[in-house]
Amino acid sequence: MIESHLPALIALTFVLFAIMIPAFGLWRPSTSQPLAVLGSGIASVLSLYGFASYLQTGSIRYFFGGWEPPVGIEFVYDGLSGFFILVINTVAFFVFIHSRKIARTEYPGKEMPYFALAMLALLGFNGMILTGDLFNLYVFLEISSLASYALIAIGSRPAPYAAFRYLIIGTAGGTLYLLGVGFLYTITGTLNIIDMAAMLPNFAADTSVVAALILMVVGIGVKAALFPMHGWLPDSYTYASSSSTALIAPIGTKVAAYILFRIVFYLFGVELTDAVIPMTTIIGSLAAVGILYGSIMAIAQTEMKRMLAYSSVSQIGYIIMGLSLANPLGFAGALLHVLNHAVMKACLFLIAGSLRMKEGHSDISLFDDTYRKKYPWTMAWFSVAAISMVGLPPLAGFFSKWYLALGTIDNENWIFLAVILISSLLNAVYFFRILENVYMMNPKKDQKEAADAERNEVSFSMMFPTSVLAIALFVIGFANAAIVGILFDVFPM
Amino acid sequence: MLDFFLGHYAYWFVVILLCVGLYGILFKKNLVKKTIGLAIFQVSVVLYFVSIASKWDATVPVRDANIPVEQVANYLNPLPHTLMLTAIVVGVATLGVAFTLLMAIYNRYGTLDEQELLEEIQ
Amino acid sequence: MDLTLVPLLAILSSLAAVPLILWSSSKPNLRETWTIIAALVKFGLVMTLLPSALNGESVTLHLFDLAPGLPLALNADPLGVFFAVIASGLWIFTSFYSIGYVRGHKEHKQTRYYASFAICLSATIGIAFSGNLLTFIVFYELLTLATYPLVIHTETDDAIKAGRKYLAFTLTAGLLLIAAAGMVYYYTGTLDFTPGGILGDADIPYHMMLVMFILFLGGVGVKAGIMPIHGWLPAAMAAPTPVSSLLHAVAVVKSGVFAVLRVVGYVFGVDVMGDYGFNEILIVLSGATILIASLIAFAQDNLKRRLAYSTVGHLSYIVLGIALLTPLGIQGGIMHIAAHATMKITLFFCAGAIIVNLHRENISNLNGIAKVMPWTMGAFVVGSMGLAGIPPINGFFSKFFLVSGSLEGDMMIPVIILIVSGLLNAGYFFPIIHRAYFRKGEGLEKYGEASPFMVVPIIVTATLSVLFGLFPNLFFNFFDLASQISTSLFNSVSP
Repeated sequence: MIESHLPALIALTFVLFAIMIPAFGLWRPSTSQPLAVLGSGIASVLSLYGFASYLQTGSIRYFFGGWEPPVGIEFVYDGLSGFFILVINTVAFFVFIHSRKIARTEYPGKEMPYFALAMLALLGFNGMILTGDLFNLYVFLEISSLASYALIAIGSRPAPYAAFRYLIIGTAGGTLYLLGVGFLYTITGTLNIIDMAAMLPNFAADTSVVAALILMVVGIGVKAALFPMHGWLPDSYTYASSSSTALIAPIGTKVAAYILFRIVFYLFGVELTDAVIPMTTIIGSLAAVGILYGSIMAIAQTEMKRMLAYSSVSQIGYIIMGLSLANPLGFAGALLHVLNHAVMKACLFLIAGSLRMKEGHSDISLFDDTYRKKYPWTMAWFSVAAISMVGLPPLAGFFSKWYLALGTIDNENWIFLAVILISSLLNAVYFFRILENVYMMNPKKDQKEAADAERNEVSFSMMFPTSVLAIALFVIGFANAAIVGILFDVFPM
Repeated sequence: MLDFFLGHYAYWFVVILLCVGLYGILFKKNLVKKTIGLAIFQVSVVLYFVSIASKWDATVPVRDANIPVEQVANYLNPLPHTLMLTAIVVGVATLGVAFTLLMAIYNRYGTLDEQELLEEIQ
Repeated sequence: MDLTLVPLLAILSSLAAVPLILWSSSKPNLRETWTIIAALVKFGLVMTLLPSALNGESVTLHLFDLAPGLPLALNADPLGVFFAVIASGLWIFTSFYSIGYVRGHKEHKQTRYYASFAICLSATIGIAFSGNLLTFIVFYELLTLATYPLVIHTETDDAIKAGRKYLAFTLTAGLLLIAAAGMVYYYTGTLDFTPGGILGDADIPYHMMLVMFILFLGGVGVKAGIMPIHGWLPAAMAAPTPVSSLLHAVAVVKSGVFAVLRVVGYVFGVDVMGDYGFNEILIVLSGATILIASLIAFAQDNLKRRLAYSTVGHLSYIVLGIALLTPLGIQGGIMHIAAHATMKITLFFCAGAIIVNLHRENISNLNGIAKVMPWTMGAFVVGSMGLAGIPPINGFFSKFFLVSGSLEGDMMIPVIILIVSGLLNAGYFFPIIHRAYFRKGEGLEKYGEASPFMVVPIIVTATLSVLFGLFPNLFFNFFDLASQISTSLFNSVSP
């Protein structure tokens, strides 16, 4: 039966392709990108199949080598991990399709290492999500991180420095997480999440449990760019090559957010999380500050990728705020936002990449209405994604905001409600600014030049992924009731 | 009080190392020194794991004919050590990536001083 | 005949025209034909719903779940049909008028203009037929979004500023509405519009009720132009005149007052509004708006801006009528939705015809124009007299009911406000008429009447204003429909 081996197969796909890409790439570098598309395509199909079989038969626990935990290591394919796996692999698939041209222009000759590293990063991300073992998670975390550092370093001139800063902060975060795991291990003597979750309530009052919780939240918070640990993110996203950003931005922080979900809901449980210090309130408040900070900083940016990076800080805040609400609506809202934000941000970063390739920059102040003539479809999809980011119905972004708002109301947490609403307005400010530039005459600009602008739409390999992602926003918007219905069932409490 | 300090001396050692590492990461301006701080930081956690596995009157987890297998208390816990083997490998890989990045930075900017780099990039 | 799908088709008919309009972008005649066809089809579909609405029946359709337990529900109840008939009926005239206007004015990006217009109408009909608050919000935000390209259409600095202002106001309003809807859902577990309200049975503390009311007020008050949150409406006059006339005299702003009625009658319920005293807040706000807006209108020299402030005032007539919470008052408010629509669209059409024909926007430049544009100015007289409340134009009729409604509720202040406002209306409209007819104009020799595309709709809407004043039940049984709606709000209170 293939279902029972699915968790391992998904991870193995990436291992296989991480080896195949260099092997074929040495022979002929042009094979790298198609192989990456193929690899992530297979992984997406497997994740889709896995999620379908999860819906029918329930969770899959895969014991490596047949060793049952706590002795062996297991992969857990339950609703939460299945959902995340599906989202990240599908988004990665579309990003790889788009990378074809960018790879040739932004880092010619480095396609093979780039795509091999991307496979490794995805292996790390998938492993983090699937694994049921805390130390195993650390290893996957470092695999994905090391690959991400390298991916970010492939980019413009300051990219290595941005990557180095990310490396220092990220490794420190990972080490703190490992220390937290060590504390928990000394108390419970196990590393398996399910096993440990059963034992932890006996040690609720133990200081080292609290210390471990704080260390793990801080460590993962760095990876999730939870305010105020977001410092590495804007530079990394801005200076990295467009394809790296488009790959890491929608996926990387989401996976870290997933670890927070695992820790808070599955490992400790909300009760234990809040037993000694009001951890969920603290996380939620940090997220709320991050939401506003990210939005305000995004308004101040003139470079599109940098603006989107700050916007990511703000959007990750939504997800973590939903987590901190610890009720079904907040949980479903946060997970729906994981999906929405992955799709929207991937679409926006891909468009930023397309513009960089065509125009050589993505400076918002230089956008004008020739763009509308040159790239009618790209700009139309940009508008769709932007409007979804602002959260206007019937696009997907509206509904995650709706459930999050209902979640805050359910907790009677009016401040968080206000934060969500104000942030939507701030989003509107920085997205409509671009739409204004693109869709309206620029009086300062030479009108003749504008009139002469000819249609110069991006090629199919770049148009296809952005179109699919933008149309997906409509589909998610209309089908959100079904998705949220599943997410309600996933809610562990 | 003194017992508390002396009884946990291994942990205090770890804590001091951790702080030294953190100091290096946060306050050193030279990127190589930062990297050294990071390495110390990681090593402190590795040492913590190693120390929790040790106990008095126990031996290495290799089967000894004199100690029956049932007396598990007389063997060390092998798991933290094996975990740390992996963690050390991860740490080395991280350092490798870090030094690669440092070389790239040095080739591009000719300096590894954070202040000068920030000025260059602005 | 099975009418179940008709509300959906009515919404989709203009949406379906959008791709056709975009596709025939290079063939103006074909493009405008699509608009006209869509308008006629939409109106025809809405009209098929009228008979059942007159019987007090609703056509409901649950499409799919927007969120678990919250379907995309369409409910063509009498109130919805009433609003839909007005909006879709006037769209036909506006479509013809638009052709004359944008061609006469040589506007750019006409395809975008027609496409946005069609989306706006879909959203408006969607608002009319929304069966629950979430569906309503979806269409309400869609309307905001679709109107934006029309507001900034000319793309001058002024228009862009106006567009920003418009978005700032309406997006904020949308968010307040979302918060309010969330709270209603939290307390009642439903968002369905129910005559008599859904908050009546829930056990809600007073301060929460007040918060909800304020959120709703902010949410719907912006589009309804209640002071002090009316600021976007005069700014939005930067849009081309057909936009001002249909959207900023009928569709968008009427969606706002329509929403007020939905909230008062179908979410809070007349009883709850009265018990908590929220209607008094509304009366004070709308009364103040009526007077202040009329006074500001005096100071405007730009004709469209004067009309905009007049609109702000007249929208508050409707809000005032609703806030009276008496059957006659609500009936008067509902009738004023129709009356103000026909009259104000006439006036805006006239303003547009003057702009296109004479290139004059300011009232001080209108001396003697009645000689060259007799039909246009004749219609203008009809419209302005109606707004001042002079019989036999339909404005008189609705105002009569508003006054009766306040007397029914033993309230004198609204009566005084209405009377004073009538005088103020006369005060700011008659100088225009005086200039046009009795002063000698300059430089008018080379001009004649505007193009028939514009003049015919003007005459038709003006005639409709008069006809509805004489025979309130003509064609659409507006009178019966209005009384039907207002009694339904009161009957269902004590089941």
